[in-house]
Amino acid sequence: MAASISLSLSLSPASTPRSGPAAARLGAAFRSSSLSFCGLRREVLSLRSVGSADSRRMIADLARHRAAKIVAAAENNGKPAKFDYDLIIIGAGVGGHGAALHAVEKGLKTAIIEGDIVGGTCVNRGCVPSKALLAVSGRMREFQDEHHLKALGLQVASPGYDRQSVADHANNLASKIRSNLTNSLKSLGVDILTGFGTIVGTQKVKYGKVGFPDTEVTAENIIIATGSVPFVPKGIEIDGKTVFTSDHALKLEWVPDWIAIVGSGYIGLEFSDVYTALGSEVTFVEALDQLMPGFDPEISKLAQRVLINPRKIDYHTGVFATKITPAKDGKPVLIELIDAKTKEPKDTLEVDAAMIATGRAPFTKGLGLENINVATVRGFVPVDEHMQVTDADGNLVPHLFCIGDANGKLMLAHAASAQGISVVEQICGNDNVLNHLSIPAACFTHPEISMVGLTEPQAREKAENGGFPISVAKTSFKANTKALAENEGEGIAKLIYRPDTGEILGVHIIGLHAADLIHEASNAIALGTRLQDIKFAVHAHPTLSEVLDELFKSAKVNSGVMSSVNEPVAV
Amino acid sequence: MSNLDVNQLRPICPPRRLRPPFDTITAGSLHFIALPLSSPPISSSHSLGHPSSMAASLLHVRFTSPSLPSPVLRRSSCRPAATPTRIYAKIREIFMPALSSTMTEGKIVSWVKSEGDRLAKGESVVVVESDKADMDVETFYDGFLAAIMVEEGGVAPVGSAIALLAESEDEIPLAKSQASSSPSSPAIAPVADSPAPSEAPTPPPSQTVPPPRASSASASLSAHPASEGGQRIVATPFAKKLAKELKVELAAVTGTGPQGRIVAKDVEAAAASGSTVPREPKTVAETGAAKDPTSPIIQLGTVVPFTTMQGAVSKNMVESLSVPTFRVGYTITTNALDELYKKIKSKGVTMTALLAKATAMALIKHPVVNSSCRDGKSFTYNSSINIAVAVAIDGGLITPVLQDADKVDIYSLSRKWKELVDKARAKQLQPHEYNTGTFTLSNLGMFGVDRFDAILPPGTGAIMAVGASQPTVVASKDGRIGLKNQMQVNVTADHRVIYGADLAAFLQTLSQIIENPKDLTM
Repeated sequence: MAASISLSLSLSPASTPRSGPAAARLGAAFRSSSLSFCGLRREVLSLRSVGSADSRRMIADLARHRAAKIVAAAENNGKPAKFDYDLIIIGAGVGGHGAALHAVEKGLKTAIIEGDIVGGTCVNRGCVPSKALLAVSGRMREFQDEHHLKALGLQVASPGYDRQSVADHANNLASKIRSNLTNSLKSLGVDILTGFGTIVGTQKVKYGKVGFPDTEVTAENIIIATGSVPFVPKGIEIDGKTVFTSDHALKLEWVPDWIAIVGSGYIGLEFSDVYTALGSEVTFVEALDQLMPGFDPEISKLAQRVLINPRKIDYHTGVFATKITPAKDGKPVLIELIDAKTKEPKDTLEVDAAMIATGRAPFTKGLGLENINVATVRGFVPVDEHMQVTDADGNLVPHLFCIGDANGKLMLAHAASAQGISVVEQICGNDNVLNHLSIPAACFTHPEISMVGLTEPQAREKAENGGFPISVAKTSFKANTKALAENEGEGIAKLIYRPDTGEILGVHIIGLHAADLIHEASNAIALGTRLQDIKFAVHAHPTLSEVLDELFKSAKVNSGVMSSVNEPVAV
Repeated sequence: MSNLDVNQLRPICPPRRLRPPFDTITAGSLHFIALPLSSPPISSSHSLGHPSSMAASLLHVRFTSPSLPSPVLRRSSCRPAATPTRIYAKIREIFMPALSSTMTEGKIVSWVKSEGDRLAKGESVVVVESDKADMDVETFYDGFLAAIMVEEGGVAPVGSAIALLAESEDEIPLAKSQASSSPSSPAIAPVADSPAPSEAPTPPPSQTVPPPRASSASASLSAHPASEGGQRIVATPFAKKLAKELKVELAAVTGTGPQGRIVAKDVEAAAASGSTVPREPKTVAETGAAKDPTSPIIQLGTVVPFTTMQGAVSKNMVESLSVPTFRVGYTITTNALDELYKKIKSKGVTMTALLAKATAMALIKHPVVNSSCRDGKSFTYNSSINIAVAVAIDGGLITPVLQDADKVDIYSLSRKWKELVDKARAKQLQPHEYNTGTFTLSNLGMFGVDRFDAILPPGTGAIMAVGASQPTVVASKDGRIGLKNQMQVNVTADHRVIYGADLAAFLQTLSQIIENPKDLTM
């Protein structure tokens, strides 16, 4: 999702057919990381340089860019100008955009090939429009929560919404962010080549209409950033009206009374938040034994209490939806469920609509990878830790990189962007390996969920293998002044760390503005800050950030003293 | 991690009455110038709630009848080896623990264990959400989780029972019957197991199907295209949730949604339409609390077994028959006492404390009334005067003890009383705080009872039943007629040690103290 899709018109057929169990496993794998996580870090940067009124800054940027161009030109003059570009990026999603911006900053002559619209999944069919819907649902939820309003002394009479206006808000937001992105690329001098890109050989790309790539360009380095599309398991018939994916759901063409959401990962969870706030009842269908797989178990337990149980939601776990038939001739949507283990038919659901949120599949077909002896793995482009593509024999393919959802390492928009920056650094001769454990993730439900690093079970496994102790610390939003002032005391923050060294292994938050709070922890992990140091950092009072402040302070680090304590310390 | 206070018999005051008992009393003093000896007025509308159980370790506690117009109980504090009643199953209550100093109630987040699970000491049983955080709560005892009384999502005041712990597997059915015959006290619990006491420990869900609707429902079910001839029930998520909350059987609900599916309003309609059995427990408890004590969900025509506490009460009552008791009554004018009370009420003095103090001062002069007969051969003169005051709690009684009531000044005594009542409510009374009484007071004045007769708790010498103080037209010796507040007291005593003249003299002294109460404040 991070990277854009060069050819969005042929989306649905692109999802590769797979057999049942394998597909389900894949779906589960996808679910753990998916579309909702849009960082848009680079995009925000670009907004500053392009759209802002800070003209001085803009001029400075332009000047720098011009200087860079001159340097590049000079370099090209020094040696034979074999290539049209220093860098070509296939796909103008958040990943490609991030890479392009950094490439320009580094003085590379850059082009970006986009077959659809700039912005990719994140901006057009993912995180961005979904945030617009979630902003609406969050407010609706507040207005409908009589108990909460009363506690604050507020009176709101019969809140309602206009569906079309809500849909327009989401659509307008996407257009706005898209044009910001496009403008930022143009103003920096990145060539936007319209068409579907195919790799025809080493350092050679053709682009043009689908199936007719007629223009050939060369570049010293190529980055594949083609992203992903919604994954639809076999047996499910998408009609875009009553059975649909997040792509259609974001248009909010209607609000069904009863919608089944297949998959309870981030996408499913966020949409359940939207739909229930707008008045729908939701039934989750989850293949694994518990809802919200991929989250830290403690967090998902609390999330279930806060986000599922009190709402008009029920669920079936441990079942596959083997067949989903769209509504027609007055009949409702039919969903056939089988037991995930025994494969016995289990139940049939009849609902008004079904949304498929079983994860995302890489969009890598038609890239011409066969021309350079690269075989995809379940559609993903295999890469090494530097995001350099490896071929079918396991050898590195020179000058070819792949970032974002297309390589499947971590399917988050901001991860793609970070990978892109890392690649550009390497192209420029700086060794750079991205620490994926420092990349935060967030789910924008109400309240939000966010995390960085390892979950507790993962950390325990690592600790066991590595022979080091780990500890767990927790703080509650209930003890935070700001949260209580907002009357939103629901939530916890959880820290998993090494008591012997003070290293942060993972932080998980559910609670008010959790998505914004996680960065203190992710930055600490990225920079290697230890608990014994960060606990002295000062936080403004009263703010939600004190939740993390308390969390860091409650950790018990016995630096230098080897401890055999391998049990969580409850706080 | 907090530990569950799996306690002994520490029944509490009804949770709906969270104000201090004296408030209740003053509020009610219009009719009977308050002689509030006991804390919150007994009302079995609350007592529908409390599945009291007791541990064998306290089974020497003797209960009197649990029902309302009953006399008071006492326990035999002083007999060291007095455990003749150790016949009850070991069933303990698991209480809502106080996880922080400010916590008054807790929400059950989730039950880590389910009914029937074996529990080992120190194991997590339940996750409780306090005002600060979620905590795993552990058990102090080994045993079996016999019955869960507050379901997940339910809220219970600190100290109220949330589950029963049976020592052995055999006792699980007994505990279950307790839990179901007296559902947990918190009226706020969303889904009490079964609001109606019935013979079956847990009535099968089918009981809740309103029979009148069944026929019409099945007719409509067959018309339901999704139901495959009634085999399946198609109900929306919210409808299912509501049905669970409102205890509505979905099979009997006619769906009016698209394709005949059952939607929320169908469930609401079904719940509202005369279906007699399934009722929201909340409503039941509220109406029960608000109305007269006989109304609560007692299913007529059924036989309901005693709870453990009620069984203990029954046994003690029978045992009391072996003690030769007699009664002496007295009418006491309370104008002066009422005046005094008015004056010092603002300093936190309660009427209960005043009466206990007056009684204790009278007992100083009549030590024999403070004695007891333990072996049928001797007087046991107690060294201190400890006034036990009967307090009604759900499904039973408890007697918090004001120790050394003769020596402690009235202000401290009042504070002590408040503390005891708070503890009793939170089920935190320590054994010495309810089983060391040497003389018992019982008061039913707040109900307008003008006189009654208490049964002597085995192991003690005397108990005084206090009626309401009422304005009475009195002829005085100088030939005038006047209006005075008068109350009647009636002492039941063990005639083996306390004789008629002893009681008469004691009551005369008490009457003098109450009619000239200035010494009480000294």
